Amino acid sequence: MRKSGYLWKRSVFALVTIYVAITLNFVLFRVLPGSAVSRISKVPNASPALKHALEVQFGLDKSMWQQYVLYLQQLLHGNMGISYQNMQPVSDNLKSALLATLPMVTIGTVLALVIGIAVGVLSAVRRGTVTDHATTNVAVLFYAFPTQFLGMMMLIFAASFLPSAGMTDPFAIYTSWADEAGDVIRHMILPVLTLVLTLFAENTLIVRSAMLETLGEDYVLTARAKGVPRRKIVRSYALRNAMLPTITLVALSLGSIVTGAILIEVIFSWPGIGRALYQAVLARDYPMLQGGFLVITVVVVVFNFIADLLYFRFDPRITT
Amino acid sequence: MSNTSIDAGELVPEVEVSHGLWVTLRAVLRQPSAIVGLVIVGLFVISAVFAPLLTPYSTTDASCGVFDPPSTAHWFGCDDGGIDVLSLVIIGGRVSMLVGLFATVIAMVLGAGVGLLSGYFGGSTDTVLMRITDYFLVIPQIVLMIVIAAVWGPSLSHVVVVIGILMWTGTARVVRAQVKSLRERVYIKRVESLGASHTRIIVRHILPQVGPLLVANAVLAITVAIFTETALAFLGLSDPTAITWGTIMEHAFDRAATSAGAWWAVVPAGMAVALFIMGCYLIGRSIEDSLNPRLKVSYLSPRSWAMRTLVGRGPDAL
Repeated sequence: MRKSGYLWKRSVFALVTIYVAITLNFVLFRVLPGSAVSRISKVPNASPALKHALEVQFGLDKSMWQQYVLYLQQLLHGNMGISYQNMQPVSDNLKSALLATLPMVTIGTVLALVIGIAVGVLSAVRRGTVTDHATTNVAVLFYAFPTQFLGMMMLIFAASFLPSAGMTDPFAIYTSWADEAGDVIRHMILPVLTLVLTLFAENTLIVRSAMLETLGEDYVLTARAKGVPRRKIVRSYALRNAMLPTITLVALSLGSIVTGAILIEVIFSWPGIGRALYQAVLARDYPMLQGGFLVITVVVVVFNFIADLLYFRFDPRITT
Repeated sequence: MSNTSIDAGELVPEVEVSHGLWVTLRAVLRQPSAIVGLVIVGLFVISAVFAPLLTPYSTTDASCGVFDPPSTAHWFGCDDGGIDVLSLVIIGGRVSMLVGLFATVIAMVLGAGVGLLSGYFGGSTDTVLMRITDYFLVIPQIVLMIVIAAVWGPSLSHVVVVIGILMWTGTARVVRAQVKSLRERVYIKRVESLGASHTRIIVRHILPQVGPLLVANAVLAITVAIFTETALAFLGLSDPTAITWGTIMEHAFDRAATSAGAWWAVVPAGMAVALFIMGCYLIGRSIEDSLNPRLKVSYLSPRSWAMRTLVGRGPDAL
């Protein structure tokens, strides 16, 4: 009963957040001065009749509330409008972009997590030693590098031996699917490496300080007094408890993952959602911009929800 | 708030603040990393203040060839317009740091305000404010910033405002947690029963206690603000005519410095950002660490298995 209460609350929160984002998406593009029609009808000799015709065509003659309801209805049917850039439905554009983004970002994030946890635990357990100082300082250094800077360094120094643009070689003729997969993986190395380098540092620092806190707890002292082996203390006593703040903070750092992914996709011309957003900004393609914002927000909310579920799994104390 | 949700506020370490500002300051200055951070940030601030005197060449007129590599005359080489990169980076630091500072001030005022109100008054104020904070936390801010900046138009002041109004959530949660625990202290209750007004209690008794934490938070927030500025600039959403560390990198990327192999057009600006952020990070962390007594004890000491507390073992132990 208690458990289901927690899950219920978190699900409602996730749904409400998505609803807030949807509404924000509607409001943001309408509170600004000038309607789409006043921009389009800036052509010389635009008659009031033409203006009115355009307003009717775009549904701008309706009241705000009607427009909002219409927007929600269309969204429910998966209609996010037509991209100004290629006249394709925004949803189709975003679907293919998301499919390109997810593998790259997932692999990068998971690798960064694994490395971050390993290095963070190591430096916390060996606190005050040379290992600790070295790993912490390296982590701080990489934490401080802007993503685009690391990406450009990769472009300058590694582009001669690894593919650095796009997801596949546009001139390649594949003989098998394995061949094609290999090509994608080769293209993925540099973007993923950049993402890992920018993310692992933050994770390392988070895990290290979480571990340091749990290592100072009384139950660690008790475990030592009982003669529990050192490895077991680290793994089952300290790390397990340190995972809780880690999950939260990693969930909260989803935002920096998104930032990193956008910059990396722009730098390496990865045909993902971040690059789509960037191109939409350049082309002032508002339907794509709206759609991109919505899709990224929904993905982040969903991953946050997953983090909530993990938190729940790791912390049996959670009750309503 | 009960422990029903992933609540960043609850994970903020219980901070011992009753020993006042000066003790905190001394504890901070005992840490070598804080000194290193202060020196780095100090040097950057000096170079920003005296930037016009320090730049060897003009930042508007060409003084050498296109993408000339570093030489004794031009230490960091030249960019695509034949402009000295060192001069650009020194001048660019000014605007970047100001953007970071102003955005942080906005974020701190908002964050501290929301945190104070929420933590001090509790009840429905707390619930409403924290719900709003929750939504701000979850929505990916960079994307929202991109959308707002794109619709609003590229300008430096827009960038400052956008970063400021979206960055306050972390501060609000940290301040709230702190104020909440202060609110339960006996001396606050006593002052309250003596008839002190809310304003007086907040200004005289709560704010000074939250001060060090707010400073740590502000220093860390500057790093985020500068990062975000470089990211927005890189996406073409900053003022294209302003020289900042972000736009220097963006220009280098746009004008094919990478395919020309001109690393010197990118590295100085990138390293400047990295060094400055590292300096701020070291200062911020030192303040946080010296406020957190739990970090001083470790029951699993590395080498000897001997049990020891790390209190009084000097700065290295921390």
